[in-house]
Amino acid sequence: MKLLCVAFSEAELPVCGGLAASLGAEFDVLLVHGSAGAGYGAAQVMTLGATEAPTADVLAPCVAAAAVGYSHVVAVSSMATKDLMARAAGLVGAAMVTDVVRFEAPNRFVRPILAGSVLATVETLVEPVFLTFRAAGIVPAEAGSAVAVAAAPPLGPELATRVATTVRGGSRPDLAQAKCVVTGGRPLQDAETFERVIGGLADRLGAAVGATRAAVDSGIAPNELQVGQTGKIVAPDLYIAAGVSGSTQHVAGIKDSKAIVAINKDPDAPIFETADLGLVADLFEAIPEIVAKLGPKE
Amino acid sequence: MKIVVPIKRVVDPYAKVKPLADGTGLDVAGVKFEINPFDEIAMEEAVRIKERDPSTYTVAVSIGGPECEEQLRKALAIGADEAVLIETTDGLDASVIAAELVAFVQEVAPDIVLMGKQSTDDDSNQVGQMMAAMLGWPQATFACKLTPGVGEVTVDRETDSGEESLRMKTPCVVTTDLRMNQPRYIALPGIIKARSKPLAKRGRGTSASPRVRLTHLAALPPRPPGRKVASVDELLTELKSRGLV
Ligand SMILES: Cc1cc2nc3c(=O)[nH]c(=O)nc-3n(C[C@H](O)[C@H](O)[C@H](O)COP(=O)(O)OP(=O)(O)OC[C@H]3O[C@@H](n4cnc5c(N)ncnc54)[C@H](O)[C@@H]3O)c2cc1C
Ligand SMILES: Nc1ncnc2c1ncn2[C@@H]1O[C@H](COP(=O)(O)O)[C@@H](O)[C@H]1O
Repeated sequence: MKLLCVAFSEAELPVCGGLAASLGAEFDVLLVHGSAGAGYGAAQVMTLGATEAPTADVLAPCVAAAAVGYSHVVAVSSMATKDLMARAAGLVGAAMVTDVVRFEAPNRFVRPILAGSVLATVETLVEPVFLTFRAAGIVPAEAGSAVAVAAAPPLGPELATRVATTVRGGSRPDLAQAKCVVTGGRPLQDAETFERVIGGLADRLGAAVGATRAAVDSGIAPNELQVGQTGKIVAPDLYIAAGVSGSTQHVAGIKDSKAIVAINKDPDAPIFETADLGLVADLFEAIPEIVAKLGPKE
Repeated sequence: MKIVVPIKRVVDPYAKVKPLADGTGLDVAGVKFEINPFDEIAMEEAVRIKERDPSTYTVAVSIGGPECEEQLRKALAIGADEAVLIETTDGLDASVIAAELVAFVQEVAPDIVLMGKQSTDDDSNQVGQMMAAMLGWPQATFACKLTPGVGEVTVDRETDSGEESLRMKTPCVVTTDLRMNQPRYIALPGIIKARSKPLAKRGRGTSASPRVRLTHLAALPPRPPGRKVASVDELLTELKSRGLV
């Protein structure tokens, strides 16, 4: 097994290294953005030095060329890697597996399907294998010493032109990596209320903010905060869902959380079937009370 | 403008389906099947484009057994001009679906292939990108807004951290996210009326063989049951004792 890890930024390297270590595999990195100080166990890092990540059409030929000689080309699951990896797999004629949660053998992988309600074991029949994997459960690797750097293969021709970009984010932790996530649903009324109530509790806890699709659809929260089957998958130590009914599609994104707390005024809301701790209450009373009783942040 | 819309038949995304006891498949007894919700959004968008520009022609295409006719009839009811069923009972993976759709698209020569970003049964999110690669066409995945121009399209797409807007020449592949539109409601009579629209059946156009095979399905182990707390105080005590706040 020889891995090539495709990483958009240095922040993805610790889990790439962690995955390779858990598989006992040698690995190199193709780093799209920035430069690598340390390799997290990689033998070599190929860098593109791009200041802005190129579009998938431009990047895929580079990944396809870099893939030669590797049995597996892997990337941490995200919208960006899903966009890129399946295109590169299409160029190479590779087998492709999305959202791997367990590596059973070099050609056997487990992944959730049907909104995470079923675990499918799949077997790949050709090499190389392209895959995206979920970072939850992988012990990140230590930085290690400085790593050999090489230039990445050339980029492909630009077929799509990026004409505008909106990046939101701010100072809160990244949803996919956060240790604590506070999520709000449809009853949060409007963006200002959402930010005050959900954002307020999140900031007190140093948490990331998440939202349901209903909240995103009604313009209460921006789309990149959506958690679930078709949004982000989170795996924090503590997940707090307030005013969230607990649809299968939402729960698909939170199942790897260590502890799930639900605050809902309907005692029969399905979220209570998934929650470790449930509080039947009006969130507009319970959340201010929680914030008050936690006291100011140390 | 010609638009091809791939349509996948999937088990009702709101149904709770379980694997068969021996893990060889899903227990779908009594469960409804639907158009993959993302493909329904793609079909809706194609029809809205046609409503604005009547010279638009839309073709829905599905790969699978004879039962997929049901979803193609629904696509016709939404407003597709024509439907094609590539009928097969072969084992399929994303690479085979992509190869079949590519062969079909090369024959039909559309300006846009407009399709779902993922299927709600497999959750693979691969076919559109693979097709675009094989065709050498530009792609815009996770699209929330599509603005057709002359010989080009502009697509707003969702990203991990916000949105971006891509401009690309046609032909191209666009995969839809949930927020592109809200598909119209089609009552049964509409589906019956669509029976007079053309629906052709044909065999596979390639001999591509799968690169990935499903070997086993298992239900997700349940989370240990939780409990309700009576008050915010009890909640905080519990969270503090677990070192979570
Ligand atoms: C293909 C597909 C993909 C989808 N993907 C996703 C996804 O990725 N993520 C996602 O979230 N959804 C997704 N959905 C949508 C999903 O099915 C649900 O519609 C959605 O999750 C519901 O959001 P909600 O819980 O905020 O809203 P609702 O279902 O309206 O629930 C609101 C809850 O708040 C409670 N409540 C109301 N007022 C208060 C109050 N004052 N205090 C406390 N509780 C209160 C209510 O009792 C209720 O339980 C998807 C759907 C489809 C078809
Ligand atoms: N059997 C099929 N027939 C037609 N289109 C399909 C089929 N399978 C997948 N697709 C298309 O590919 C998209 C992405 O699916 P997937 O990559 O499987 O998640 C779907 O939204 C459909 O548009």
